[in-house]
Parts: sequence; structure tokens; C-alpha cells
Amino acid sequence: MKAEYILLSSSPKRAFPFLLIILFLVLILLGINLGEVSTVMEKATKICLDCIGIG
Amino acid sequence: MPVLRRWIQIIATALSNAYWMFPHTKGIYQGTLKSICVPGLNCYSCPAATGACPLGSLQSIIAGLRPAVKAGHYHFGTYIIGTLGLIGSLVGRMPCGWLCPFGFLQELIHKIPSPKFEIPKILTYMKYLFLALFIFILPALVIDDYSYGMTWFCKFICPAGTLEAGIPMIFLQPDLKESIGALFYFKLTILFIFIVWMILSRRPFCRVACPLGAVYSLFNKHSVFRMIHDPEKCTHCQECYNNCPMGIKFYEGPNQHDCIRCLKCLNESCRFGAISYEIAGMPAIKPVEPQKSALTQP
Repeated sequence: MKAEYILLSSSPKRAFPFLLIILFLVLILLGINLGEVSTVMEKATKICLDCIGIG
Repeated sequence: MPVLRRWIQIIATALSNAYWMFPHTKGIYQGTLKSICVPGLNCYSCPAATGACPLGSLQSIIAGLRPAVKAGHYHFGTYIIGTLGLIGSLVGRMPCGWLCPFGFLQELIHKIPSPKFEIPKILTYMKYLFLALFIFILPALVIDDYSYGMTWFCKFICPAGTLEAGIPMIFLQPDLKESIGALFYFKLTILFIFIVWMILSRRPFCRVACPLGAVYSLFNKHSVFRMIHDPEKCTHCQECYNNCPMGIKFYEGPNQHDCIRCLKCLNESCRFGAISYEIAGMPAIKPVEPQKSALTQP
């Protein structure tokens, strides 16, 4: 069945998801500030033989 | 919509594995994109992988937590947890249905004709055990003489890692064959079991063992994007259940932990207008009435 959808704006909006989004954005920024991005990259650019069952 | 989802799955799989120089380099991609976590399960030791697996990254950080803190690096995985939480808060488990390469693979393998079996619902809670035990507890608590833990899920369970990284690396670097031991055969056995299970059941790894799906599922009831069920229009005809890649009976709850928001129930199953979704509290409704022919059916 071909269906098209429209958005209605009359329903009450929920605040909780947006609080979660703010919380996790803060966590991301905290991680970036602590230098976790380079740690992730360091781990992801080396072949972890142990991790893939070899060695 | 089904065609659109399939194309998005193909494109997401291609983008997650877009490094096609590996036959020449005999190694993995080492560019800056590897600092970004992909939303689906895709091993970063895969020769073609362009991003970081969030589960592998999180385990690595937790396994190295004590030495890192001793060295003055307070890395607790907030970058990764924040990324997963942000995705989950926006769309819940939707990446499993639209972006995850391993989920896509399971859907394709399930198309192989065979008798099909349902997975007992109790088993679907095991993924939370895998998440708690193999991603957090064991990597943090079981440490060696140098205070380093292990990436337990990657090392002992992950069939995606075996398929995407273990097997290809052995072909790329034949010297590695000398290092193959009981662990590799154990992981091959796990992969084989899951592949057979994928033929027989709908997305068994996603439903039973995937810690990434377990994380996203925690947000299904609270995400910006949510499914809606209209019990007045629902006839319990089971069409949603029959078409659902996760074996969900939508009428038992619109945002169950296993719902991957693939929208097959909405677009390919329900003829009664009982299924819709909302974005940020704004419902999206079908502007069409239920078909007369459908209303006459039980």
C-alpha cells in the first residue's frame, strides 16, 4: 500500500528525550575534552589480533 | 519504503566498509575517520572498515582504564557512551534496522528457504547479560599483571569480528595462519552457529546477543522518534508479527526493546491504520482510511 504521512503539531511535546540529548552531548564534549577521540582512533587503527581470535 | 530501507542498508554497509585499498596495503585503514564510532556493529579490524566499532572501542577503554588513570588519562568512555546515548535518544534502536551491516546480513541470510523457528522471548533478554558482563564487568575486573583487562566480547563472542576481520586477515596476511589456535576455531564455531540460526530464525544475533542493540533498546520508550499503536483500529490479525524482522507482536506494545523501527509493520503489514509513529511528540498519521476489503477480514 502506498502511504504518505503528515506531521500534526497539536500533540504535547515530550521534554525527556531532549534532556537525554543534552546529557549525552555533554558526555561527548567531555570525552573530546579528555582526549578520548585520539584514544579511540589509536585503538581502531591497530589490528587487534587478540580481539579477532588470532594469537 | 522497503526499497528505500534496503538501499540505505546497502549504502550504510558500503560506507562503513569503504576502504578498498586493503588488497594493496595488506592492512587496515588508518585515517582520521577511525576516530568516529559507526552506529552499527562493524569490526574496526576489518580491512575495509572506515570507522570505529563503538563496542570494541568501549571495551578497549574499559580494559585499559586502570593503566590510563595511573598515567593521568581520565578516559572513562564518555565520548563513546555519549555517542551511543545521543543516537539512542534520537531514534532508539533504528540504526539496527537501517544502518547495521551485520543486521543487514542477517536479514539476507534469513531469506534462504528453510523451516523457520521463533526464538523464545526469554532468550531475548540475554543481550543485556552480554552487555553488562562482556562489555563492562569482565573487561574492568579481570586484569593481568600490568592491570590491563581484555576485550571479552570481541575476543570470545563477536561473530561479526570473525567474519569481517578474523577470516579476511588470514587471507591478507598468510603468516597469521601460524598463530591460529583453539580460540579461532571456537569463534568460527560461534559464527557457524549464528549463521545456521540466521537461516532458521529472524535476526538471532540482534535479539539474543548484541550488546549494541541492547544499549539502543534502552531508549526505545524514551527516544524522540517513537512508534504508536492505536488499539481501537488493531484487529490482532498478526500481519505485523508475520512481517517483523525481529518477531515482534506490535499490539503487545509499540516500543518494545526489540523494535528496530524498520517500519515494515507500518508500510507492508497493517491495513487498518493501527500503526504510526511520532517525532518529538508530533504524531505522523496516515492520511488514508483503512481499506474496505481489509475491514471485512478477521
